[in-house]
Amino acid sequence: MRDRHQRPSRGVLVLLLLASFTLITLDVRGGENSPVDPVRTAAANVFGPVEEVAASVVRPFQAVPEFFTTTGSLQREVRRLEAENATLRGELATSSVARQRAAELDGLLTSSGDTGYALVPARVVGVGPAQSFSQTVTIDAGTTSGIYPDMTVLNNDGLVGRVIRAGRSSATVLLIVDRDSVVGGRLGSNMEVGFLRGRGAIGESGRLDLDLVDVSITPGRDDVVVTWGSENGAPYVSGIPIGRVVSVFSSPRQLSKHAVIEPFVDFSSLDLVGVVVRADTQGDRPVFKAGDTGKERR
Amino acid sequence: MAAARALVLTLVITFAVVLQVSLFPYLSIAGVVPNLALLVVVAAALVRGPEFAAVIGFLSGLAIDLAPPVDHVAGRWALALVLVGYLAGRVRHDAGTSSIAAIITVAASSFVGTSIFALSGMVLSDPALSVTEALAVIPPAVLYDVLLTPFVLPLMMRLFRRLEPHQVAY
Repeated sequence: MRDRHQRPSRGVLVLLLLASFTLITLDVRGGENSPVDPVRTAAANVFGPVEEVAASVVRPFQAVPEFFTTTGSLQREVRRLEAENATLRGELATSSVARQRAAELDGLLTSSGDTGYALVPARVVGVGPAQSFSQTVTIDAGTTSGIYPDMTVLNNDGLVGRVIRAGRSSATVLLIVDRDSVVGGRLGSNMEVGFLRGRGAIGESGRLDLDLVDVSITPGRDDVVVTWGSENGAPYVSGIPIGRVVSVFSSPRQLSKHAVIEPFVDFSSLDLVGVVVRADTQGDRPVFKAGDTGKERR
Repeated sequence: MAAARALVLTLVITFAVVLQVSLFPYLSIAGVVPNLALLVVVAAALVRGPEFAAVIGFLSGLAIDLAPPVDHVAGRWALALVLVGYLAGRVRHDAGTSSIAAIITVAASSFVGTSIFALSGMVLSDPALSVTEALAVIPPAVLYDVLLTPFVLPLMMRLFRRLEPHQVAY
């Protein structure tokens, strides 16, 4: 109102623009150890708990659309569930054998030493907007639970991503569907290795692109891809299922075959995830160790 | 009084940024969520003018840039929202009075803000983004911001009027 009849001063604008550019330059030039990172960690320590509270307030309302179901549909639902219950009871009687077997297999996996990972459970409390063009989520566990950058994150379906930044009680996870994400993968059928790149989309079009190192290999349809793993398990531990091959094609310009992978994890409805930590981690959360009959995967 | 004003502004910005990552992902259109911080900046611009809105834009942009889970070069949303605040402040004389003009201002601001952010990403290749990918996100972002305008903008404008320091009548 003060300056209705005159042009607003440009000083403030120029100052703020310069501040923005300075910040961008500092962060870009800084690279791996950017001077902005301590500020980020501080911000994570402030915003993390707030997001956690907001998420726990919001979570019950996820069921709101279901309030509007009618009695008729509820009765149908009850009948359907009763039928399902009966079927499940029958299955339960026969599944104890299968469960025994699974427990044995689990023990076998543990003894191999390679796949017996210790997991810290965490919940997703914040999801980055698509307008930011990166696929990242916040989880509600951080350094106090033994979570540090470059740790593998998975859920009961498969590989979710890796921790890129950890605050006291929250951490940021880069999903494998992000454009910047590259995961070493191994084809389940012939142990061939390759690299999986994200396409930066989640949901139906949330696919990964696989380029194999050996150009003469053609991946088969429905072939399962698992993580290849790297030294000391950072950033990805080996043997975690990633997805399955849905299509294979080769372009004349490229020598190698190109496969499209559909990830096992549904990234649009992430909730409970596990972070792979060292087995001797001490923190404020229980650490699930493989061999506890695989409860940690459920 | 000034401290109380600053506190209210901080709370509003924090609330907008946190809702954006905690609540709206459940209501997202293909991952696109409404940019609440941008609506706050536009409301500030319509009530208080370009300088104030540019400052609010810088602060809320900084909050988006630093709050988890985003992972891009810090300062990009700050840059976008400073410009949005300034530009929206320049047209406020018309937009402050009619609701159609306010909605057009929001749509234009949302388009400009998201585009500047996407462009800065292309320039810095953070991430290396193609124009088609950016264009797929911008229209739903503008649409969602406009959809939320009737609910958020009047409320925010009333708040900014209440927060305005008293002036001598003229």
